[in-house]
Amino acid sequence: MLIINNLKASIDGKSILKGISLEVKPGEIHAIMGPNGSGKSTLAAVLAGRELVEVTEGTVTYLGKNLLEMTPEDRAKEGIFLGFQYPIEIPGVSMVNFMKTAVNEHRKHKGLDPLSASDFLKMMRDKKELVEIDSKLANRSVNEGFSGGEKKKNEIFQMAMLEPRLAILDETDSGLDIDALRIVANGVNKLKRPDNSFIVITHYQRLLDYIVPDVVHVLYDGRIVKTAGKELALELEEKGYDWIKKEIENNVTA
Amino acid sequence: MEKDQDKIISDVTTGEYKYGFYSDIEMDRIPKGLSEEVVRLISSKKNEPDWLLEFRLKSYRHWLTMKMPTWPNLKIAPINYQDIIFYAAPKERKNLTSIDDIDPELKKTFDKLGIPLEEQKHLSGVAVDAVIDSVSVKTTFKETLAEMGIIFCSFSDAVREYPDLVKRYMGSVVPYTDNFFATLNSAVFSDGSFCYIPKGVRCPMELSTYFRINSANTGQFERTLLIADEESYVSYLEGCTAPSRDENQLHAAIVEIVAEKNAEVKYSTVQNWYPGDKEGKGGVYNFVTKRGMCKGENSKISWTQIETGSAITWKYPSCILRGDNSTGEFYSVAVTNNYQQADTGTKMTHIGKNTKSTIVSKGISAGHGQNSYRGLVKVLKNASNARNYSQCDSLLLGDKCGAHTFPYLEVDNSTSIVEHEATTSKIGEDQIFYCNQRGISTEDAIGLIVNGYAREVINKLPMEFAVEAQKLLQISLEGSVG
Repeated sequence: MLIINNLKASIDGKSILKGISLEVKPGEIHAIMGPNGSGKSTLAAVLAGRELVEVTEGTVTYLGKNLLEMTPEDRAKEGIFLGFQYPIEIPGVSMVNFMKTAVNEHRKHKGLDPLSASDFLKMMRDKKELVEIDSKLANRSVNEGFSGGEKKKNEIFQMAMLEPRLAILDETDSGLDIDALRIVANGVNKLKRPDNSFIVITHYQRLLDYIVPDVVHVLYDGRIVKTAGKELALELEEKGYDWIKKEIENNVTA
Repeated sequence: MEKDQDKIISDVTTGEYKYGFYSDIEMDRIPKGLSEEVVRLISSKKNEPDWLLEFRLKSYRHWLTMKMPTWPNLKIAPINYQDIIFYAAPKERKNLTSIDDIDPELKKTFDKLGIPLEEQKHLSGVAVDAVIDSVSVKTTFKETLAEMGIIFCSFSDAVREYPDLVKRYMGSVVPYTDNFFATLNSAVFSDGSFCYIPKGVRCPMELSTYFRINSANTGQFERTLLIADEESYVSYLEGCTAPSRDENQLHAAIVEIVAEKNAEVKYSTVQNWYPGDKEGKGGVYNFVTKRGMCKGENSKISWTQIETGSAITWKYPSCILRGDNSTGEFYSVAVTNNYQQADTGTKMTHIGKNTKSTIVSKGISAGHGQNSYRGLVKVLKNASNARNYSQCDSLLLGDKCGAHTFPYLEVDNSTSIVEHEATTSKIGEDQIFYCNQRGISTEDAIGLIVNGYAREVINKLPMEFAVEAQKLLQISLEGSVG
């Protein structure tokens, strides 16, 4: 579904991604872990189409298309969803209005008619239940006055509404207590299908107890330095990122 | 990808002012310039009675002693009054009894603007007075309204048919000496709307005046007088557009509203005068004096305005709360994009007892626009128990525009409560990107955000116009976040 080849990217001239290659197949969950500053969020931003990040080299192919040539809206309509690390507030715009616009844009792209108001509200109700989100959240302005945890749950709710093919969750677990974590993970697990994929970006192994990855990558200093199965996450948890740094240093000197 | 974004933005900004067309109609124009002869000429062309000519002359002579005020936060190029045509009317204005009497070019103009002149095909039941280049062209539903005793006609017709009413109220809210542009208007006003709602009558439909400036180099000086007698109610809407031109056009109008005991008037304006091009060339100068007198007890006047056009907007729709328990309201959304400027706000003067005023002003600045809110809440010594709530918000799009606030509170009575809140915010690139990532285009995102911001004011408009206002807001800000 997604093929990243030798991706290099910078922000304000500073090189952040230094040659990432990665392939995600349908039905897979990939975890990307790494210390602060390794480039995890930058990778998410490049995939979503954030203009702040300049791609200097490499290719990204999504469903056979050149992703880097698509606008952020088109990428979204083609099924890419980014669960933001810091979801922004949009005062004055109700969640209902926001989601209705988004859902209908996706439908238009697929050649479907927009949902009627009642069908849309029904859809919202169903999805709210699916991801155990409080009814009140949906009646407020987008993320306005939401706590950190509520914002993250709201990201999962939006994901449920938009049914993406490729969901990239950028540190969705940061700032969540155990219960919220469980709810978020549940939501993701309920949405998992053989034809969609997830890239879960996280610092901690904890989330991966609930969302079990097929592949774990470790990102360090803009490069993927290790790729393995889910046991890698447990090893990291035990040994810390210093272990990875030492391994890299050893490989360089060896 | 960046190239695509630029293309979208440039496509969208090069075609927006869709009312910029010009209508080729035969016009009767007097020579340029202003003098006592011109004032007499205007009066004679309209066959006015002597008392009105006297009013004009009195005003003109007073105007000669005045200087244009320089206190607003606006850069206005000097206006050469001798270079303006002060009267232009579609030729051969017969007494129009049927829609077919109207010059077909004129009809086409209004069709293009989407203004319904055909009563039969008209579904939403809005009575329209169409004013083109200062002359009222057609007023619909006159007969239907007349049956209820409601008078809705052009100002000129009112002078002829209801001189007593006009004499009694004209200048009672905005005296001819009030300010430079009001005095000018009092000398050279050509037409506008007149409306009288009799005692106890609730006007069954929205009344609407649609203003369009068409001719080049003409000033537009309308005068509207709206009187709501005791226990009556009326909701009135004013819409405005003008063709795209390189020169500035002056629009100095006066609106006077009188609300007697227990009467209520809602006056809404959706102003979309040509705002000038992207470099700031051309555009209408919108210098208007609008004032409502809450004369009787429990009377209420609400001003709602959506100002998206004009190169320069300079107006303060105000309320004089004379009657005890009277209420004044001001809801405004003012947009300044490209090189537009606005110095707008309101004046609420509390005179009677237990009076209330509410001010909600939402400024939106984009491009190089400069938007100033100027508001006065004045509570006189004997205005016991006055209440005021003011909220003035500014939204900035981009980093080259400006928002300024000049609130004045003059409170001379210690039992009053006056509250003032202000916020400043911007639409960040982050918010737009968040919307993009959910599949919403940048234009639609701005529309969502701006309409959410302006919602409180838009909700005050009559429903049909609320929808138009939302679209207008979105269009006026196209290309502003990039």
